[in-house]
Amino acid sequence: MKLVELHSVRHCYGKLQALHDLTLSLNEGEVLGLFGHNGAGKTTTMKLILGLLRASAGQVSVFGASPQQAKVRQQLGYLPENVSFYPQLTGLETLRYFARLKSAPSVQVEALLEQVGLAQACKRKVKTYSKGMRQRLGLAQALLGKPRLLLLDEPTVGLDPIATRELYAMIQQLREGGTAVILCSHVLAGVEAFIDRAAIMASGCLQAEGTLSELRSQVGLPSLIRVNGLLQASHWQAQLNSEGFQARLVGQDNLEVATHNGAKQQVLKLLLEQGDAEDIEVRQASMEEIYSHFMTQPFAQRNAP
Amino acid sequence: MKSIFYIALKELQDGLRNRWLLAISLLFVMLAAGIAWFGAAAAGQVGFSSISSTIASLASLATFIIPLIALLLAYDAIVGEDEGGTLLLLLTYPLGKRQLLLGKFVGQGLILALATLIGFGGAALAIGLLVPDIDKLQLFVAFGRFIASAILLGWVFIAMAYVLSSRAREKSSAAGMALGIWFLFVLVFDLALLALLVLSKGQLNPDWLPWLLLLNPADIFRQLNLSGLDGSLQLSGVMSLGQDLAGASGTLWAALLGWMVLCLVLAQRSFIRRPI
Repeated sequence: MKLVELHSVRHCYGKLQALHDLTLSLNEGEVLGLFGHNGAGKTTTMKLILGLLRASAGQVSVFGASPQQAKVRQQLGYLPENVSFYPQLTGLETLRYFARLKSAPSVQVEALLEQVGLAQACKRKVKTYSKGMRQRLGLAQALLGKPRLLLLDEPTVGLDPIATRELYAMIQQLREGGTAVILCSHVLAGVEAFIDRAAIMASGCLQAEGTLSELRSQVGLPSLIRVNGLLQASHWQAQLNSEGFQARLVGQDNLEVATHNGAKQQVLKLLLEQGDAEDIEVRQASMEEIYSHFMTQPFAQRNAP
Repeated sequence: MKSIFYIALKELQDGLRNRWLLAISLLFVMLAAGIAWFGAAAAGQVGFSSISSTIASLASLATFIIPLIALLLAYDAIVGEDEGGTLLLLLTYPLGKRQLLLGKFVGQGLILALATLIGFGGAALAIGLLVPDIDKLQLFVAFGRFIASAILLGWVFIAMAYVLSSRAREKSSAAGMALGIWFLFVLVFDLALLALLVLSKGQLNPDWLPWLLLLNPADIFRQLNLSGLDGSLQLSGVMSLGQDLAGASGTLWAALLGWMVLCLVLAQRSFIRRPI
């Protein structure tokens, strides 16, 4: 069963159309990355799934039902962008209040505070919390009641690199536990390992959607093979170029070869059999590169046959 | 149902935490005691005068102060949560907007009710204990009616505050609107009514003039308390209009209650239409 289904969904704020015929779905236990520039329609999409907004046209269904229903919301967790809480309450009081509203067991409150690393600070008022601590409290809040679907809006904003890594590790853990996640972000570095599928949005339209390898083959971006410590690097460069590859000399004895799908194995084989490289590194197009590829090419051109 | 209870509980705890409850209670007890013993100071008397004159002065004062306190307590109920960012979060929880509004109403209504009961009830207790030969039954009835109607008046203005809090885009504009509402019902309405009477030169049907008072909850409250007193007090201003309503205290209570329900319904409608 599809956990979330959006079918030809449109949304307008007054005269401004924020979403154009968006069709998107999410399977059970899947992590979907929703990427796009500011104002691309990511938050609107989230709010439609949360039932905070009603679609102007098209259908939105969550767990096979309308997202306005309380039983749907019972199984949703949401971390809004720039989450904020009641400053005069402590972290513990805050989480306890939200747990009651979600009918989550009170034992979960302490466990979650422990899990997000706020157990020490839980008796302090939220107004004394740093941005990262508030974000972690927000995550704990989203995890109340063991949701089947988690919506995270820009969860890494304001987090330092270590906290970001911890957050991704937690998402990984949740995915293993069978929770589906929609991760909405414009920060893309390092996100590849944690998502199953990506959807790229721009100006309210879905530009591309699929698994990372699907997207990579769709954009046709080359994989980069970097060869370090190669004797006669310039000789290799000439040979590879004559065979139709794009090789580039980096420094004295390093080589960078851009290859497309089938050619990668061919080049690697050649280098491994005849070359004497110290180190070979293969880098596939990152999410960031895929994203900027979709952003810089005009829409019409990409859809042309 | 459970969510309403937990939201109300949080509001009540907030009221205790930020000392609203304490401050309003103290204010009320000081006002009531001060009026009871020093209310007649202008006439050259110090000391307790009578239950009627105490209630009459208290009712006039409460007409000003209770709506103001209720509006101050509740004007940011919705717009404040929105600005603070917590409204967005609350609305993704399995609870409806109606439950959220009702929970807040119960919680903040309880704060005001408790403060009124503690404040004015405390003053009544002091009068009962300290003034010799007081008619305890009359004291109980007069203060009981005063406290009950004051609570209801407060609830009307809390509900009114929710209407504007659901409509306002910003907290500051909600505060401005609250002040406007207070000004309208407490000051402007009576003046406008008097002006209407003067300008109409007696051409208005005197039968329905008293009913105009029902358009203002603050006037209903005053009427309720003044009409219940013995006839020795001279009613002045628009209150003298209401002498025909004197026998209809049931109507007055119902009108006050009606105002509260009407404002709650309006608040709910505005809240549901409020864009997120």
